[in-house]
Amino acid sequence: METLNPKSRRDPFGSRINRDQSPLLAYGLPWASILLGSLTPWLPVISAAPVLPPLGLMLMLAWRLLRPGLLPLWAGFPLGLFDDLYSGQPFGSGILLFSLALFVIELVEIRFPWRNFWLDWLTATAIIVPYLAISALVSGAKLTMVQLTVIAPQLLISIMLFPIVARLVALLDRLRLMRVRRIA
Amino acid sequence: MAPPSSRRSGSNKKAQLGLFTGYVLAGVGILVGAALLAISLLRPETFNGLRSMASDAAAPIGEVGAAGRTGGKNVFDAVAGYYRAGSRNAKLEEEAKIARVKLAEAEALRQENARLKAALRMAEGEIRPVATARLIGSTSSSARRIAYISAGTRDGVKPGMPVTSPMGLVGRVVEAGAMSSRVLLLTDSESMVPVRRATDNVVAFAEGRSDGSLRLRLVNLGVNPIKKGDVFVTSGAGGLFRPGIAVALATEITRDGAIAQLLSNPAATDVVLVEPVWQQKAIEAADRLEEKAAQED
Repeated sequence: METLNPKSRRDPFGSRINRDQSPLLAYGLPWASILLGSLTPWLPVISAAPVLPPLGLMLMLAWRLLRPGLLPLWAGFPLGLFDDLYSGQPFGSGILLFSLALFVIELVEIRFPWRNFWLDWLTATAIIVPYLAISALVSGAKLTMVQLTVIAPQLLISIMLFPIVARLVALLDRLRLMRVRRIA
Repeated sequence: MAPPSSRRSGSNKKAQLGLFTGYVLAGVGILVGAALLAISLLRPETFNGLRSMASDAAAPIGEVGAAGRTGGKNVFDAVAGYYRAGSRNAKLEEEAKIARVKLAEAEALRQENARLKAALRMAEGEIRPVATARLIGSTSSSARRIAYISAGTRDGVKPGMPVTSPMGLVGRVVEAGAMSSRVLLLTDSESMVPVRRATDNVVAFAEGRSDGSLRLRLVNLGVNPIKKGDVFVTSGAGGLFRPGIAVALATEITRDGAIAQLLSNPAATDVVLVEPVWQQKAIEAADRLEEKAAQED
């Protein structure tokens, strides 16, 4: 069999003989990638205006929309807390907004059990826009017309970047389910 | 994708309880988040310790990135340099001629300055920086403009200390961890620095606009004397920043001042100096004078 077709005992997730998924990778990768997304302030970009999209939140949304049930409903608390440590926002805003975001997706899911990517994108947009707006409101910065014009590009970048983030998460999802663990 | 059936727990008691607990925990999370947010809005310094610890933990990542940024910039600069070598050379020679004249003028000014200072019996106070550090990150996705530097209380950094670069003022320290500190950049909308025009005593406040520029508001209203291209330096009023650090260049005149571009763009800055709080120096000097007076009496 092997000689006829070397891939006969493999599928896209690796060999099917004596290999299994690693629980650490399968459950840890989503959390790790979201936490890494929250570390964007440590990128070597010293920006004069808010330009980078909120990658932590976007990764969380993408994981939640791609794999319902993988992140528990309360995941917004620890993830938001970590985001707060580095984002420069007042402490607590991340916890509140990340938790609310997961709640909103839950509601959308009850209303639309069958979704396609367009609806996912719309859901993400409907969360990212208020997220950035509320973040700017509670950030303690004075809100003027200048502030609004500064947020607008960031908003646009975030919305446009969501499909790419979703694609990245799909890639990570395939990595997550690779059979890497030796059974015997 | 259709959601898995985990939401419908059916008659499984354990699943029902688990589901219920999940909702309760999520609700509690939201409430706790709201409470924490209210606390940190009312008392912004409450969670400083926690954040400092966290940024200390992540600082090494930022250091690596900062080193990479400097290296990368050098590579691009070198390539660009070859590309424009000829025209650059001619321009530089022209500039060097002008610079030689300016240098002579500056030397004259320096002598005059020293003479005047001697007349006023002012010490030629060399400000010794507390620490040198790298800019290792900034809150690039938040509306606030806060940067991280790679020096903390271990190097003697304390909140309130001004942070400068060779090009001018960068900001001031707001939180100091053991190995890293958070710096409020000049462009943050909460930042306000008393400045004056470099050439005379037109005083103003420089406020951040969080889009990379500053807004200069004149203290004395009346006819706006600011012109495009005027350079503003710190005035030293109110302490904190020593006088004479370059801050901004006026680019657009408004009714009550000007819009100014930052001189030390943090994006182009690599190494920064943390300076001691200026007022303390003055107070120390005053104390010393008082002591001297007391001894003489």
